Amino acid sequence: MADTLTGPAPAQPGTHAARLEHVSKAFGRPGAAQPVLEDITLDVAPGEFVCLLGASGCGKSTLLNLVAGLDKPSVGTIETPGGRPALMFQEHALFPWLTAGRNIELALRMRGVPREQRRPEAERLLSLVRLSGAYGKRVHELSGGMRQRVALARALAQDSRLLLMDEPFAALDAITRDVLHDELTRIWAETNLSVLFVTHNVREAVRLAQRVVLLSSRPGRINREWAIDIPQPRRIEDAAVADLSVEITDELRGEIRRHGKH
Amino acid sequence: MASTETGAQGALDEPVPGKAGGTGDIGAGGAGGDGAAGQDLGGLEAGLDALETRTVGRTPLGAVLLKKVVPPLTAIVVIVAVWQIAVSAGASDPTKLPSPHAVWQELVDRWQAGDLFSIIWTSVERGLLGFLAALVIGTPLGLVVARVPFVRAAIGPILTGLQSLPSVAWVPAAVIWLGIEDKAMYAVILLGAVPSIANGLVSGIDQVPPIYLRAGRTIGATGLRGAWHILLPASLPGYVSGLKQGWAFSWRSLMAAELIASSPDLGVGLGRYLENMREASDMAGVFLGILLILVVGIAIDQIVFSPLERHVLRTRGLTARSQ
Repeated sequence: MADTLTGPAPAQPGTHAARLEHVSKAFGRPGAAQPVLEDITLDVAPGEFVCLLGASGCGKSTLLNLVAGLDKPSVGTIETPGGRPALMFQEHALFPWLTAGRNIELALRMRGVPREQRRPEAERLLSLVRLSGAYGKRVHELSGGMRQRVALARALAQDSRLLLMDEPFAALDAITRDVLHDELTRIWAETNLSVLFVTHNVREAVRLAQRVVLLSSRPGRINREWAIDIPQPRRIEDAAVADLSVEITDELRGEIRRHGKH
Repeated sequence: MASTETGAQGALDEPVPGKAGGTGDIGAGGAGGDGAAGQDLGGLEAGLDALETRTVGRTPLGAVLLKKVVPPLTAIVVIVAVWQIAVSAGASDPTKLPSPHAVWQELVDRWQAGDLFSIIWTSVERGLLGFLAALVIGTPLGLVVARVPFVRAAIGPILTGLQSLPSVAWVPAAVIWLGIEDKAMYAVILLGAVPSIANGLVSGIDQVPPIYLRAGRTIGATGLRGAWHILLPASLPGYVSGLKQGWAFSWRSLMAAELIASSPDLGVGLGRYLENMREASDMAGVFLGILLILVVGIAIDQIVFSPLERHVLRTRGLTARSQ
């Protein structure tokens, strides 16, 4: 469908954090399969922050599952040279039988970090998300925003070069979400991670990303892309963010309207 | 497709934090996170965290006593009082309804005869050993039924059905197969408790939210490591309530078996003691037997299983704290 743009100046030319080539995914029995994603070709450069934007039925979450390796594409190839990507969900998905610190240590343990290094590393990651005092806290003792920060710390504990985020802030209140946008921007800049962030919130996408990729719905195809060079840190209230959001929203609405006509 | 340049470049040459003005804190936190902006965001987050976290203090000891100890004591006092009044009013023949005092006297006699604890221990030891054996058999059985579709389809319904079969129905068969011996007692306990424990684990595993399994797979907990680190701890609430029920079934089956099966080899447990008292038409002894069986059942539950269940639920934030 669309030819892809390369991200703004990859750190090392020729490398990529994720490369999707002509990826399609269909669910259901062969013959009666429903296409969910069609011919997605997308590169995420090292250190790049990409937002995938789309309405319901665009297969955003399916796409993330494919990149995360939780599912296989029907057609096409996906490369993630930095190893198994880290994945964050809309639900915090922290294990309630472990403390915040132990949740992070479990990820470290699965990665093969030796026992005596786990605790200091977990403490470091918690202080990175500004939750230094939360090591011994149970999940239910934390607020929604704190849970998502612990979940982010657990994702970072995987030490992957690519972080996949599936609407991680959608269930939070507006004030907390706004603060976590700042926090994510800061951590992204500090860690130089590549981020592939899925959302249906246009403003959020423009607030965060270097590149916004708009997906069409049923099946999901890449519809259009915008490179965003509004300098960080941005605020969601910025005029430039608002202007671009209007433009992208118009495009998105046009795409949605198409489904009303037959 | 074409990429669109944002129109508002000019206005944005200046970095944004300058605009933070009025509302102040929100929106700072630049790359690197140091400096005033970073501290602003840190302070803002600390404020949000403080606002959104409720601290639940420990309940004072006095309040615990008032809420947990006083009500059951009141109930016991009321029951004994009603009992005593019924006896005093001559509601029934003393050979059918002994007075609380006569039952107490029987307890004191047994204590002085020195066989009170051996009677209780004979049953409790059997009950706990049988329960442990049921645990060792029921747990892997539950795991296999929950995770292997063929096994589940094959024996899942039987396992559920066995739960509603009173295990006392196994006593005649167990006695014929194994003789009137401890073996028969244990067989009856196992047949009562194993299905409860296995079913508890199966429903615990069925109720594990799929998001934990997905999250586990993304951090690399797959296969056996996934079962050990994710599946088993996640299914613990269901498993523990299965254990609790398994204990209740063990104890009930054992008492039934002791009542029915009589042999000098078996020694005198609570069930046997109860039956001996019936044969002697000693109604105070019968009452004491019933009360001891009840008290032991409650005590094991309160000492072992309820604290375990509370701990599991509380660490997961699943208890409805009344305050």
